[in-house]
Amino acid sequence: MNWKTFGAMLARDAHVARRNAIQLFLQTFLQPLLFVFVFGRVMVSSGYMPPAYKSLLLPGIIAISMVFTGIWAVAMPLIAEFQWTREIEDRLLAPIGVGWIAIEKVIAGMLQALVAGLIVIPLAWLVLRPGVDISIHAPWTFAVIIILVATFSACGGLALGCSINQQHIGLMFGMVITPMIFFGCTYYPWSALKTFPILQKAVLINPLVYASEGLRATLVPQFPHLPIAAVLIALLFFDVLLLVAGLRQFEKKAVS
Amino acid sequence: MAVGVRTQDLRKVYNSSPPLGAAGGFIARTDAKGKQPKAQIPALDGLSLEILPGEIFGLLGPNGAGKSTTVGVLTTRVRPTSGQAWIGKHDVWKEQALVKHLIGVVPQRPNLDFSLTAREILIFHAAYFGIGSKLRNDRADALLEKFKLTERADQMVRGFSGGMMQRLSIARAMMHDPQVLFLDEPSAGLDPQTRILLWEIIREYHQAGKTVLLTTHNMEEADALCQRLAIIDHGHGIALGTPAQLKASIPGGFLLRLRFKNQTPDLLQHLQSLPGVREARASDSTEDSTGADVYADRGGSLISEIANLAANSGSELSDVHISEPSLENLFLHHTGRSLRD
Repeated sequence: MNWKTFGAMLARDAHVARRNAIQLFLQTFLQPLLFVFVFGRVMVSSGYMPPAYKSLLLPGIIAISMVFTGIWAVAMPLIAEFQWTREIEDRLLAPIGVGWIAIEKVIAGMLQALVAGLIVIPLAWLVLRPGVDISIHAPWTFAVIIILVATFSACGGLALGCSINQQHIGLMFGMVITPMIFFGCTYYPWSALKTFPILQKAVLINPLVYASEGLRATLVPQFPHLPIAAVLIALLFFDVLLLVAGLRQFEKKAVS
Repeated sequence: MAVGVRTQDLRKVYNSSPPLGAAGGFIARTDAKGKQPKAQIPALDGLSLEILPGEIFGLLGPNGAGKSTTVGVLTTRVRPTSGQAWIGKHDVWKEQALVKHLIGVVPQRPNLDFSLTAREILIFHAAYFGIGSKLRNDRADALLEKFKLTERADQMVRGFSGGMMQRLSIARAMMHDPQVLFLDEPSAGLDPQTRILLWEIIREYHQAGKTVLLTTHNMEEADALCQRLAIIDHGHGIALGTPAQLKASIPGGFLLRLRFKNQTPDLLQHLQSLPGVREARASDSTEDSTGADVYADRGGSLISEIANLAANSGSELSDVHISEPSLENLFLHHTGRSLRD
């Protein structure tokens, strides 16, 4: 393991992220904030939604922002760099094992997902206030959960980015990301699905469910949520699964 | 201390399409028992090479001959199906990180980092190799100057012309001062002026005691730059030597590519018996004319004799192309095909 090379690759990704900061900011936060505004402010103040919905919505919005950012930050550059610009080749020729280049991408994606999560909390709070009732009751559990969420989003980005053809990017959003968000218990708690028993079981294969429910359990425990132990085990399982799958796909792409 | 390069019995069979720059190859089918036959593309078929420390070595061959795959195997990008490859004493596939320190690679197609400026590309590349901040800034400035890119150094490379991207790719490959420089079709798509600059830079790098391996299908380039050449086709070597040795191995040296109308069956035999002719072979035929390649030790002075011979046998000489000893002729002699086919 060559730490200098690894550090230089991280520095490169940080440099590029800084350069594209405004674009990244709009891309990450505009949609969730509009959603927060319409559902949390417009619908609540007009009486179509109960005021408590504001607090229920916030953890889901954090989960979406983090997961979307992590997937996007890793998958999109990989799709372009492996298939079109081939610009990743300069890092494939750097004196480090190929797997470490994938790990570096995951770390960079995780950091971006964490930053996204930490920025969206005050932003959404500003849009929603007054009447948001959130607090971090168990800071360590919260920290572990957001790290596990950031990891699965970045590992998912690695697996997707190394498996999807450039011409299928639209399909990836239509077939993977959109259903993941809508069936990710982001806008409603998992228990709300009890009238759809089959769907309620089926959504458990969606890692975003555990992200939303885990954040709900630590930020707004007054609402129904999955047990924290189940959330932690499931997130850890998805982290490992997606990392192994992502590394395998990356090595297949990197060496012909 | 200069570093050599060696491969032993390299084979590579692609199960899917080969990487960009190594497209081509020839398609064979294997018969798996009871299964659909799977298309396999053999790109290297037992290639053994030895490139001496400090020489400029050329791999010459047509598209799909296996040149880019050979470079890919030697630069850790293509895993061989069997066989071994070494850079200096290091096995490419067992000591990858060490090998990557020793090599610099200029790919066939530019793969510059589009998110960075020209200077940043050089500086980050050096940082990947653990080169300190002062040294990498000095080197970047020197290389930008040498490759005439100083004025554009702080611009994003997205808007660069093909020639500028190629120059920057070479500068990047030199940033960590590698012992062996690989250049895959370095002058493809370059204007003549840039090509001459590139040749000067390669010669200068070689004079500093470095090893250079370049692939090309440009005869002039191979002839002008390389100390030794390997001609490869269908994934294995067909000739090896200095450009002069290789050219001297063509029978006679001159190649006369002839076309006849109404060629008679014994015309080739008659051509063979002309004084100065070393070898006469049939070449491709069309509906109204037949071709013949004649290797001889003289050129133009043979034409009148050939024309007479044809007329006497009831045939007619319709087209003549004379070429002097060249690597192109050598390739044609070994493979029956032109390098540009």
